[in-house]
Amino acid sequence: MRVSRGERTANYVVLVAFAVFALWPVLTVLLAALGPDDAAGGSVGGGVLGLHPENFVTAWDQGRFGSYLRTSVLVSGTVVVVSVVLSLLSGYALGTMRFRGSTALFYLFLVGIMMPSEAVLVPLYYDLRDLGLTDTVWALLLPQIAQSVAFGTFWMRAWFRSSSRSIVEAARLDGASTWRILWQVLVPLARPAVVTLTVLTFMWTWNEFLVPLVMVVSESLRTAPLGLAFFQGQYTQGFTLLAAGACIVATPVVVLYLFLQRHFIAGMLEGAVRE
Amino acid sequence: MTDTAVAAEDRTRTPERARRRRGGGPPGEPRAVGWLYVLPALLVYAAFLLYPLLRAVQISLYDWNGNTLATWAGLDNYADVVTDPALRASFGHALVLIAFYALLPLLVGLVLTAILSRAQVRGLGFFRTVVFLPQVVAMVVIAVAWRRMYSPDGSVNDLLRAIGLDGLTRGWLGDYTAALPAVGLVGTWFEIGLVTVLLLAGTGKIPTELYEAARLDGAGPVREFVTVTLPALRGEISVALTLTVIAALRTFDLVYVTTRGGPGTSTSVPSYEVYNRAFQQGRVGSAAAIAVVLTLVIFAISFGITRIAERDR
Repeated sequence: MRVSRGERTANYVVLVAFAVFALWPVLTVLLAALGPDDAAGGSVGGGVLGLHPENFVTAWDQGRFGSYLRTSVLVSGTVVVVSVVLSLLSGYALGTMRFRGSTALFYLFLVGIMMPSEAVLVPLYYDLRDLGLTDTVWALLLPQIAQSVAFGTFWMRAWFRSSSRSIVEAARLDGASTWRILWQVLVPLARPAVVTLTVLTFMWTWNEFLVPLVMVVSESLRTAPLGLAFFQGQYTQGFTLLAAGACIVATPVVVLYLFLQRHFIAGMLEGAVRE
Repeated sequence: MTDTAVAAEDRTRTPERARRRRGGGPPGEPRAVGWLYVLPALLVYAAFLLYPLLRAVQISLYDWNGNTLATWAGLDNYADVVTDPALRASFGHALVLIAFYALLPLLVGLVLTAILSRAQVRGLGFFRTVVFLPQVVAMVVIAVAWRRMYSPDGSVNDLLRAIGLDGLTRGWLGDYTAALPAVGLVGTWFEIGLVTVLLLAGTGKIPTELYEAARLDGAGPVREFVTVTLPALRGEISVALTLTVIAALRTFDLVYVTTRGGPGTSTSVPSYEVYNRAFQQGRVGSAAAIAVVLTLVIFAISFGITRIAERDR
């Protein structure tokens, strides 16, 4: 469609303005992280081409991000693997089999997608405390697996329903067991849906703040975002190292987003009720 | 989206039912084994999400400090949600945040969509990547960045000085009247990308002939948008509103890291009150009651907004 040159120029101005607005905080953090350390006297000059990548090393040591990232990798990895496998199983059953109560089960899982985690964390904290599970890795894993499984079941069920029924029926007529149909026939076909579910679950778990804030006290169990919040509380002399820490925390998901952008956008548009 | 799924469910149910009447599905159709496949997911989900929700309802009926014996309070904690000025204020703040998280991004998103749907714009892919980026960054990181930008020597004040509005400069998050809108604006920044990308995906489905017809009828850009684009986007708008309103009601990380509800209680929101009462003040019953009310409001909005959109269609 053709529009006048004046309108086109105005359009670009508006788009560029909003792109700059979106990048403003990102650049603020990135530039501060690469600038001279403002808490250490702020000696201008030096560094590599005027940049100071050594800030990341300093922040890594001072903020103990090594430990936080290790916890985050462990927690996110476990939540992703367990919840994706469980969601494949339940989504497969709800999407391809008819059995008594399947519709009710679907609606039950739907409730979990809309439920705010604030609502369940209060009783969950006190009940897990009575079981001696708070301040253990279980208190980080189990609630997040439960949340991820609700969304994952919904997501995989939708895929299994839309996947070719005739393939499933042909495999059944060949005498393949339900287990083999799932793992040897359907899962290879479902790869795009599984990748989307994996990146979304990873992002939500990695970025989660409230669950670790409530559930753990030990420093060794702090996840990256929680560690950053604590670092902000302790490190008040300047902004450079805090910005470097913020970059460290955000980088894994942002890099994944730059490579798998389609999966992020499609997944969040089609099913982002949880966050 | 969940509701789209429900609608799809309704559509597919009829042939399925017809088939069942003819003789219980195709041969080899497994039945009870389905439960075995659902069971592991169901167990985790029921134990760590459904059961705690019921426990929240139970706890909300008691006065309990988290340690000593709880005493029966009936519906007192719920009455507090309506009568306690601090709580009423926190729900009021949530309403203000809804304007910033939902209405403002929708407005901006519609303008951007109007621009992008009218003209072939180069660099659309790049623009989408950039505006959607905030959605994948941890809220704690976002809060750290904006806290810096809002500080007295931060870039927000720099910008105001540069355009000659020196009188407006202040420490935004420490100011009683400015703190809540300042927090809200972070929400606007965060949601614009989601809303815009959602609306853009919707315009891709509008047939070009509709625009051509509108232009042949002599419609200008505004009328074209109101008569063609807007009605076609009704579904996307309702989804965008649902998501952003819920996000506004659930704001926690942002408030916790930027203001902790302050100065005073000027930015306290329901989620923050839940956390504060349950884990700082030892008023667990009250916290549970707020959590239950918040959950009900979110459920009602999820169903309500979609219902309105369905009826209009």
